[in-house]
Amino acid sequence: MTDIAKIAQPSNQIERRKGDRRKHTRIHLSRATVSRDNRRTVGEATVSDPRIHCTDVNVFYGDKPALRNVTLDIGCQEIIAMIGPSGCGKSTFLRCLNRMNDTIECCRVTGSIMIDGQDINDKSIDVVPLRAKIGMVFQKPNPFPKSVYENIAFGPRIHGLAKDKVELDEIVVTSLKRTGLWEEVKDRLDQPGTSLSGGQQQRLCIARTIAVNPEVILMDEPCSALDPIATTKIEELMDQLCTDYSIVIVTHSMQQAARVSHRTAYFHLGDLIEVGTTEQIFTKPVHQLTEDYITGRFG
Amino acid sequence: MNKLASSRPKTIDQVKASLPKRHLSEKVFRSIGLISIIISLMFLFVLFYTIVSKGYTAFQQTFIQLEVNFDERLLDPEGTRHRDALSTADYGGLIKASLSKLFPEVTTRNEKRLLYSLVSTGAAYQLRERVMDNPALIGQTQQVWVPVDDEVDMLIKGHTLRDVPEAERRLRDVQIAWLDQLEAKEKLALKFNTAFFINGDSREPELAGIWGALMGSIYTLIVTLILSFPIGFATAVYLEEFAPKNKWIDLIEVNINNLAAVPSIIFGLLGLAVFINFMSFPRSAPLVGGLVLAFMTLPTIIIASRGALKSVPPSIREAALGVGASTMQAVYFHVLPLAIPGMLTGVIIGMARALGETAPLLMIGMVAFIVDIPSNILDPATALPVQIFLWADSPERAFVERTSAAIIVLLGFLFVMNALAIILRKKFEHRW
Repeated sequence: MTDIAKIAQPSNQIERRKGDRRKHTRIHLSRATVSRDNRRTVGEATVSDPRIHCTDVNVFYGDKPALRNVTLDIGCQEIIAMIGPSGCGKSTFLRCLNRMNDTIECCRVTGSIMIDGQDINDKSIDVVPLRAKIGMVFQKPNPFPKSVYENIAFGPRIHGLAKDKVELDEIVVTSLKRTGLWEEVKDRLDQPGTSLSGGQQQRLCIARTIAVNPEVILMDEPCSALDPIATTKIEELMDQLCTDYSIVIVTHSMQQAARVSHRTAYFHLGDLIEVGTTEQIFTKPVHQLTEDYITGRFG
Repeated sequence: MNKLASSRPKTIDQVKASLPKRHLSEKVFRSIGLISIIISLMFLFVLFYTIVSKGYTAFQQTFIQLEVNFDERLLDPEGTRHRDALSTADYGGLIKASLSKLFPEVTTRNEKRLLYSLVSTGAAYQLRERVMDNPALIGQTQQVWVPVDDEVDMLIKGHTLRDVPEAERRLRDVQIAWLDQLEAKEKLALKFNTAFFINGDSREPELAGIWGALMGSIYTLIVTLILSFPIGFATAVYLEEFAPKNKWIDLIEVNINNLAAVPSIIFGLLGLAVFINFMSFPRSAPLVGGLVLAFMTLPTIIIASRGALKSVPPSIREAALGVGASTMQAVYFHVLPLAIPGMLTGVIIGMARALGETAPLLMIGMVAFIVDIPSNILDPATALPVQIFLWADSPERAFVERTSAAIIVLLGFLFVMNALAIILRKKFEHRW
């Protein structure tokens, strides 16, 4: 093998070797009891009163499986964090929950995702009310290239949530106030949403989502493009919002997961490895892979 | 480690060594670009210069001042002032009479014929119009400016040279002598050529105008726009936003791209076969022309519109879908406003192509000699580029300048259309 080929070896092999070495030195510290080869979900994937109940969800992109046999409940008024290395399927799972995967041509979803006693993958389900019920905030702030006001008013307007202009104004103001954006933008509601700073744009997107008054909010790495101050603001906001909404957040930052979430789910290469309370996952992970990840041995 | 570093040349030295070559290639590329722009500008300038320098004289026309005696004995011998009688009266006789009064020395039949041919045959029609408008003129004597014959016009404008041998020019020496006399008496003058802008086509260059062809083009383009704009937009939006990705859609896509490359005369043949032969639509009508040109421009519009829709970032669609908008709402409220400027550009490119198109119109009979101004899309008409083609084909010297003038009008029309498109685009863009 040439030098270059050695360098180009898959990094996880190197990582594993490194991991093996560390295991020798720190073997007495490991509390994980489930071996790396076990890919069945460990921990409490179900809750007593779930808002969304997912059973055996499989996702395929073409023939390639992206997610295998995920069974997971989203509780009421909880923040559940999805963590895991890139490409592990956490975003794919998130996008299953409001059928955003429909926009991807070759994507196929099996299994059942129940909300209010209905399977959202059912042919008879209309995605419009579903997405009104399950709002979504995307990784990159994506305000509409319209005014701040129009950004928030769009959802309520298409769903007919406001009878008149006064009510619509009220929804816009309340949404902006809840996201803490009101003081910053109240004088420039007629300016384009794209003229705000990155953090403000993301909060505008959250305001736009809660203006529709959904029951669940999906957040796909909402802070990955933001600085720490904007991140803090959004995390505080999530803390307030979870009194009314269930929040599912995908994040690459384990600190963020630890800070904001009540429960944490760890994904690995398309498998849901471990679910538990955030405290348990980060202090006493049961699965070896979870421990590897949170202790920074890979990913 | 140090040894390894010193054995290899430093990166910065390698970079510096490669710099001259990089700068050179950049310079070469930039100068090639600049040169090609200069060359194309030069060609454009030559083109415009040729057209304008040849065509601007057509906006003026030589007129002759005649003292016309609206003789009642000639026009209305019975004194009824009846319209039929007035419209069939001998107005040519009035002009001949006033010319004879100017040159009493001309007596032979041959010379008289030469003298009368100095004035346009349209002059008699102008007198008739005057009298029909105002019968009170009968019995009066008035100074009237009437257009001269095109050969005279060419001589006055200097397009026909006086020093060529008499046998090689259309005007005889004696005619030129009369004209010199008239010029000396200030009876000849260049005036604005209104006829060029308000008349239809004519065999006589001094009477031929662009208005008929312009109206024909406008009617044709209206039909084209009404058809291709909504159909093209709808097709592009459907294919881009709603259509499932499968073999059938791929097939349609390939065919649209192929259609864009089909020579336009083929579309003319299609129009001839389908609309005129099979559906019995009238020949030479802007309706058929518009239909054919709509076929021709549709692929252009669809391809450009799809490009514009594709360039809208998918995050905008996701954002709209994420708050629960239906696909239709996402497209209508968020995708289209962003794509409209690009789509409009496509429409304008298509319409500009349609405006300049000649070949398919030849096939459906819009190449006919049509004097009347079309008043609706079913009237026989011709179009600006076809009119240019017809005039360029005519032997009369005076049609040369009229051809160039028609090209100026066509380019002006195109310019106005493009300006309108830019204004529209700017307006939509300002909405964010």
